[in-house]
Amino acid sequence: MSEPPAYREFHPRWYRPRMSTWWWLKRGSHLAFILRELSSIFVAWSVVFFLLLVTAVSRGEDAYRDFLSWTGSPGILLLNLVSLFFVVFHAVTWFNLAPQAMVVRVRGKRVPGAWIAASNYAAWALLSALVAWLFLGG
Amino acid sequence: MAKRPIEPFLWILFSAGGVLAALLIPVLLALFGLAFPLGWLPAPDHAHLLAVLGHPVPRVVLFLLGTFSLFHWAHRFRYALYDGLQIKHLNELINLFCYGGAMIGSAAAGYLLWQIP
Amino acid sequence: MADRITLQLARYRPEEEPEPSFQEYEVPCREDWVVLDGLNYVKDRLDGTLSYRWSCRMGICGSCGMTVNGEPKLTCATFLADYVPGPVRVEPLRNFPVIRDLVVELGDFMRKLTSVQPWIVREEEKPLSEGEYRQTPAQLDLYQQYSMCINCMLCYAACPVYGLDPKFLGPAAIALAQRYNLDSRDQGVGERLEVLSQDEGIWGCTFVGDCTRVCPKNVDPAGAIQRYKLTAALEWLKGFFVPWGAR
Ligand code: SF4
Ligand code: FES
Repeated sequence: MSEPPAYREFHPRWYRPRMSTWWWLKRGSHLAFILRELSSIFVAWSVVFFLLLVTAVSRGEDAYRDFLSWTGSPGILLLNLVSLFFVVFHAVTWFNLAPQAMVVRVRGKRVPGAWIAASNYAAWALLSALVAWLFLGG
Repeated sequence: MAKRPIEPFLWILFSAGGVLAALLIPVLLALFGLAFPLGWLPAPDHAHLLAVLGHPVPRVVLFLLGTFSLFHWAHRFRYALYDGLQIKHLNELINLFCYGGAMIGSAAAGYLLWQIP
Repeated sequence: MADRITLQLARYRPEEEPEPSFQEYEVPCREDWVVLDGLNYVKDRLDGTLSYRWSCRMGICGSCGMTVNGEPKLTCATFLADYVPGPVRVEPLRNFPVIRDLVVELGDFMRKLTSVQPWIVREEEKPLSEGEYRQTPAQLDLYQQYSMCINCMLCYAACPVYGLDPKFLGPAAIALAQRYNLDSRDQGVGERLEVLSQDEGIWGCTFVGDCTRVCPKNVDPAGAIQRYKLTAALEWLKGFFVPWGAR
């Protein structure tokens, strides 16, 4: 490329700063956003964890007991504690944002977002209870 | 019509995974990750677990939860890498890692759940 | 209440300096004064070289958007009294190239806006003799919220996705596309879908949600985008199961 022609000198020179790589640290809402996105890592870990559980259970009683004691080791406990925090964060943000993404109309009237969120939470509570009952008593 | 866009499909997987993960993972993780190992609740014995997991309904639910959640991860993580680290130029590598990982994970989930006696 | 307040104004004089700098001015801080009044005071009494845009000074024209203490704001609707004791830092809107002082280049936004055809598209106009296009209050209600947009671009300034990738279509353009998509008189849904369903269209959005938080007109562009993703995804599914049915 040759040099730009001389009249460029008087052409307005726009100032366009580049966004910092750490932009998501500079604002509360952005930090919450990136944490929300990173919760997906812990969702993936949870799946891996459940699959390990399934494997142990299908291998037999001894493998299951080993699995249980492995989950009691401090490192895994800590990892699962952090994961639990993030998956709950995922659930809460997901349920809170859902009403924004869907508009439900009953007889032409828009259902208030709070109701949609509330029904999400109700479903969450119900399913959690069901799962707990299944594994504890059922 | 031009090539079928893939993005809507990935978004459907992402959303379905988001819903399933939000509804089911917290309780499962709270039980098996904390409550049982810490002794807050008695861990179910092996026979009971086998009976639960052996039933087709929980098995199918777990399979769906696993696959959709993994694709949920793939999608979100991909965008987090784009936005958070500004490495969109590594697009192909990231896609391979994320969606490839989700596919392998789903296959593994299917196999392992199939294996339950 | 303090009767004076300091404004820290971003100055950029491309013919003199390669980068913007800040200049401080002290202006009266009256209870009924907005940031824009402060700027006008500077321009009229203290320094006539200051450049910025404004017009209606009543939250309708959308030309006075700037960054006030880090937040995208309409300067005609942001009261100085809320920033006592100051200083108030005023910068141009983020994510746009700065031409001079507080003035940004908005060509990119304008091109994006027209690309989604934010007007009523008809396959065929009905003859005048058949009268006007009528609409019920319920039909109006479907899109009215989105029609409140004043093109102030605060949502673009708040959007990190637009900042990172200027190809992204952006909040207001998508919300306005929705405004016409949901209008019972419009028939342009298909044409707009072509633009919106591109990777830089709705799919670029990661639902940070700041556009909705800063919008002075409660348009909720973030909601519009997610709703549209849902619509586009359902369209896609429909096309998947009945491939011969779709266009
Ligand atoms: S959507 Fe809101 S913030 Fe964005 S341009 Fe319109 S009025 Fe301004
Ligand atoms: S001057 Fe018109 S919106 Fe502020």
